[in-house]
Amino acid sequence: MVPKKDVLLEIKDLRIEGYSDEKWVEIVHGVDLTLHKGEVLGLIGESGAGKSTIGLASMGFARDGCRISGGSIEFDGMELTTTPESALRALRGSRIAYVAQSAAASFNPSHKIIDQHTEAPIQYRIQKRVEAQEDAMQLYERLRLPNPDEIGFRYPHQVSGGQLQRAMTAMAMACRPDLIIFDEPTTALDVTTQIEVLAAIRDIVDQFNTAAIYITHDLAVVAQMADTIKVLLKGEEVEEAPTAQMLDSPKEDYTKSLWAVRSFKRPQKQRPTGADAIPIISVQGIDAAYGQTKVLDDVSFDVYPGMTVAVVGESGSGKSTTARCITGLLPPTKGQILFNGEALPPRYQDRSKEQLRQAQMIYQMADTALNPKIRICDIIGRPAQFYSGLHGTALKSRVDELLDLIELDPAKFYNRYPPELSGGQKQRVGIARALAADPKFIICDEVTSALDQLVAEGILKLLDRLQQEFNLAYMFITHDLATVRSIADEVVVMQRGKVVEQGPKDEMFTPPHHPYTDLLLSSVPEMDPNWLTTLLDERGTDAIGEAANV
Amino acid sequence: MGDILQLVLKRLGLGLVTLLVVSILIFFAVELLPGDIAEAVLGQGATPETVAALRDKLGLDQPAILRYLQWLGGALTGDFGVSLVSGVSVGDAIGERFVNTLFLATYAAVIAVPISIILGVIVALLRNTLFDRVANVATLTSISSPEFFLGYILILYLAVKTQYFPAIASISPDMTFGELLHRTFLPALTLVLVVTAHMMRMTRAAIINLLASPYIEMARLKGVPPWKIIVKHALPNAWAPIINVVALNLAYLITGVVLVEVVFVYPGIGQLLVDAVAKRDFPIVQACCLIFAATFILLNLAADVGAILTNPRLRHPK
Amino acid sequence: MSTFVIAYYALLIGGSCLAAYFKKRELFLLIFSLTLVSFVMGIIGGVGALRFVTIAAGILALAAGTSYAFREFLIIIAPEGVAKELRTAPLTAAFGMFVIFTYAIAGIFAPVIAPFGEAEIISSAFAPADENMLLGADQLGRDMFSRIIYGARNSVGLALVATTLAFVMGAFAGLMAATKGGWFDQFMGRFADVIMSVPSLVFALLMLSIFGTNLIVIVIVVAVIYSPRVFRLTRAVAGNVVVMDYIEAAKLRGEGDWYLIRKEILPNSTAPLIAEFGLEFCFVFLLIAGLSFLGLGIQPPTADWGSMVRENATLISFGELTPLIPAAAIALLTVAVNFVVDWMLFRSSGLKEV
Repeated sequence: MVPKKDVLLEIKDLRIEGYSDEKWVEIVHGVDLTLHKGEVLGLIGESGAGKSTIGLASMGFARDGCRISGGSIEFDGMELTTTPESALRALRGSRIAYVAQSAAASFNPSHKIIDQHTEAPIQYRIQKRVEAQEDAMQLYERLRLPNPDEIGFRYPHQVSGGQLQRAMTAMAMACRPDLIIFDEPTTALDVTTQIEVLAAIRDIVDQFNTAAIYITHDLAVVAQMADTIKVLLKGEEVEEAPTAQMLDSPKEDYTKSLWAVRSFKRPQKQRPTGADAIPIISVQGIDAAYGQTKVLDDVSFDVYPGMTVAVVGESGSGKSTTARCITGLLPPTKGQILFNGEALPPRYQDRSKEQLRQAQMIYQMADTALNPKIRICDIIGRPAQFYSGLHGTALKSRVDELLDLIELDPAKFYNRYPPELSGGQKQRVGIARALAADPKFIICDEVTSALDQLVAEGILKLLDRLQQEFNLAYMFITHDLATVRSIADEVVVMQRGKVVEQGPKDEMFTPPHHPYTDLLLSSVPEMDPNWLTTLLDERGTDAIGEAANV
Repeated sequence: MGDILQLVLKRLGLGLVTLLVVSILIFFAVELLPGDIAEAVLGQGATPETVAALRDKLGLDQPAILRYLQWLGGALTGDFGVSLVSGVSVGDAIGERFVNTLFLATYAAVIAVPISIILGVIVALLRNTLFDRVANVATLTSISSPEFFLGYILILYLAVKTQYFPAIASISPDMTFGELLHRTFLPALTLVLVVTAHMMRMTRAAIINLLASPYIEMARLKGVPPWKIIVKHALPNAWAPIINVVALNLAYLITGVVLVEVVFVYPGIGQLLVDAVAKRDFPIVQACCLIFAATFILLNLAADVGAILTNPRLRHPK
Repeated sequence: MSTFVIAYYALLIGGSCLAAYFKKRELFLLIFSLTLVSFVMGIIGGVGALRFVTIAAGILALAAGTSYAFREFLIIIAPEGVAKELRTAPLTAAFGMFVIFTYAIAGIFAPVIAPFGEAEIISSAFAPADENMLLGADQLGRDMFSRIIYGARNSVGLALVATTLAFVMGAFAGLMAATKGGWFDQFMGRFADVIMSVPSLVFALLMLSIFGTNLIVIVIVVAVIYSPRVFRLTRAVAGNVVVMDYIEAAKLRGEGDWYLIRKEILPNSTAPLIAEFGLEFCFVFLLIAGLSFLGLGIQPPTADWGSMVRENATLISFGELTPLIPAAAIALLTVAVNFVVDWMLFRSSGLKEV
């Protein structure tokens, strides 16, 4: 056992309430947490688990609309729940620092990066301005930021996301705190950028022997960063164990189920052969542009009936734009799209009702995809009524049938409104709306990325079942390679508006690859605590900064 | 800096076009008169001869488009034609009064702008306290009151009952500056009350809107004290909306002055306009409208340019 | 020092001590600063100023009490969903609703409530108040009180009609512009900009000088002046809805514009639009009152608050409060509507203020 004097932060029976619907509701139900000097604790859980709230509470801070209602938070012998606000403020930034999820939003757009960096050291009279600036530059260098002497004198919008996130880590280090709270620092980044930030954070925390609480929903990421992992569910602790032990032998069912999510995989289908086998959708050499900016360059691929084509790429690769071209929202400037061998009019306004019916879409954010003021039965019923002219009891039985298909009880959900549903249920309704048109082809735009892993798995299984039942063709847009592995038959890899590689899934996951595919595949964190170290050794530390620019 | 220059020039061009369209609107609105100007002005009792004479005098036999161009050309050089009622040059009738109106508006602005921004920042700092709520009710009340209500209350309590200030703001050129300020204090105060309330509310809203931003939370988590968060982290990003509301209120000062001038019998352009409307003296009405509209457009333009210049993303391009 | 002054200070100081003892920090600050202000006011203004403060405090307390009672009353008689909303209403909003309610009663039942007709001459000019005439007579010897009651019907009614017209035009154009987009949207936006670049009162004066001052002209001119504001707001609100994926889904389904507006956009824009209607009403009401005050609005002998202020303005120089009463009636209604709108905007923004 580590001796008691090494304990830096001790939280006991922490209770936090949130204000909603005119009353206070408890959202964290008595969580205990112990953190020793120099230790990194990973807090992991799905959305609503209360991980960020607990992270902030360890600074004695509650967001507006939240309050700490019970328990104790002892930081280095100081009880934070009873400390007055002014003393807490003196602690923040100097002894406990915070790194936020979105660096782009968390830097003040009106001030230079270095001025924001030196604000705390100057305020606490730790350093004079010049010293603080020199120190900042050294920190930038340690975090392997390009041009460390100059980068701080830029404004936040002049620096890329990955670099800003590292600059924010440097800012947290400015006063050499005892504890840093990392609140999902890499969630908003692409996988290839994530690596550099993860490596930089791990190095600097090691060098200064800073204790840290690392909050994330990504198991593989936390496995690289933390000494100990604590799993949370709906404001309660599930279990806590050293990282290796937690990964090898989780005790609780919930943890096991989290670990098991990535195991869903279905066999790969082959393209139909023969003369009469024509693709349901054939994208042929399309270019597209937003104004003067060209975003797609000669994109071609085919989707055959009953098969799933995954379109993979990082943000800005043009995968969603391709979908907009297929649906007719953005007419391509060159090339054409064939449906069942026939050319589709480029603009959706010029397409026939039948053509519109055949191709449907499921969206990423179920919140914005369903009209909050329309009942579920009308959301699902409208396409059936619009395309097939169903009404009265025929319409009702069709809606019931569709609700059964997506495994929602018609008696319970028929008259509900979308805001009353959970994220997974909303996504199911989105699927039912697409199905109601009785289509041949469905575009799934990041349908699982806004969902928790367990829920996402359920959606993937549902989509797979529906595909077999109705011989549907899917175009699956995603940045998550785990999803690709589980559901795709063929893969199209895109980068900066171009298709860099395409082929059957099994081929794509076995080398040799195109260098970009290789980078993409190798950047996806794995559940092995040594993965990051091994990868960095393989790539060489110097290559990190340039990794994203291959 | 090229981007900024381009944006500013674009905005200036747009302002000019708007002004041109407004001048067309003002001129041709009068053409919509049932009959024509001569008939409308002289009324039903006029003989055909007098009507014809007036038509001739106004050049109504020429096509409207030609008369518009003449009018616009004249307006650019300060010549707005002659009054139909008194026969004096419109430019002369307006000139001095416009200066008086500008004086009153400036007087009010000099008091109102600094007070309202400072008070707005203070209220934002004290948000959700009792002080904030009292200020909220007080400013709402002030905004909701018609100018003549505030004006008459001030007259009743500060002029009639206590004799601190004169009830009628008559001024003459031989007055000293101090005397002038004293004479026009009540109308200026009326305007100050209305615009201060509005600007204060908007300043508060602009700052509070920003307080939910992640970078404000970051500043709080860095241990920055509350007043510094407002002044250093929120205010620099709130300039654009604040400049906007200041410009809007300055524009209001110039135009909202109409009612206040009538209440205090102040010899400004607003009162001239009201008289001209009652007498259907169209050249004066058109000239006043054009001047008011031009001021309004100019101030809005200044606000937009100000907003462009204070935007850090535009000031420091990539 | 009179007993009144002694009691006055004793009450304030006692109140601040109690507040301090019970740790009501804000209440203490309020009462104590009032005490300090009273010292200064007492020295400058004498006992009269202190009496004024007392009366003002009394009126405020009375208004607060009435508002509280009225809110409880509404909560009891309203159906469940509405009652839940009403419970969140601050006292100012309850006060606003109470005032609007009173005005509505006065307007609707004007002939029943008013003791005399609006144009009926019953005494000499500027006759003082007596048991017959609650507020005295105006410049022609008509009953002030009756004219104020009738004014509620005329002034408010006219403003309501004009606002509704402005609203229908502006909201329809805004919804169409948001749904159609493209050149129609651009054109309407520019058009609104041009109208809004002429100050509203000046624009109204120009139009009235051309078309004369009859009621229909006033309604149409005011509606034209204010519809661009409604247009802009509706365009902005609908613009936020139009970018939603469910609108894209409906468009890709092949739905027409009318369906999109009616079923998808409008239900998601009602809350801000209702609040805007209230705000718009305030603007329109103040503009029409201003026009009437200038003698260019509702024409005599119809009773109207704005023109009543002007007609009786000479009384001010004799220190009389009477001309201020119709002006106060205007202010009170605008304040009331603003209080309610303020609360609704706060609710619909969903923003828990920091």
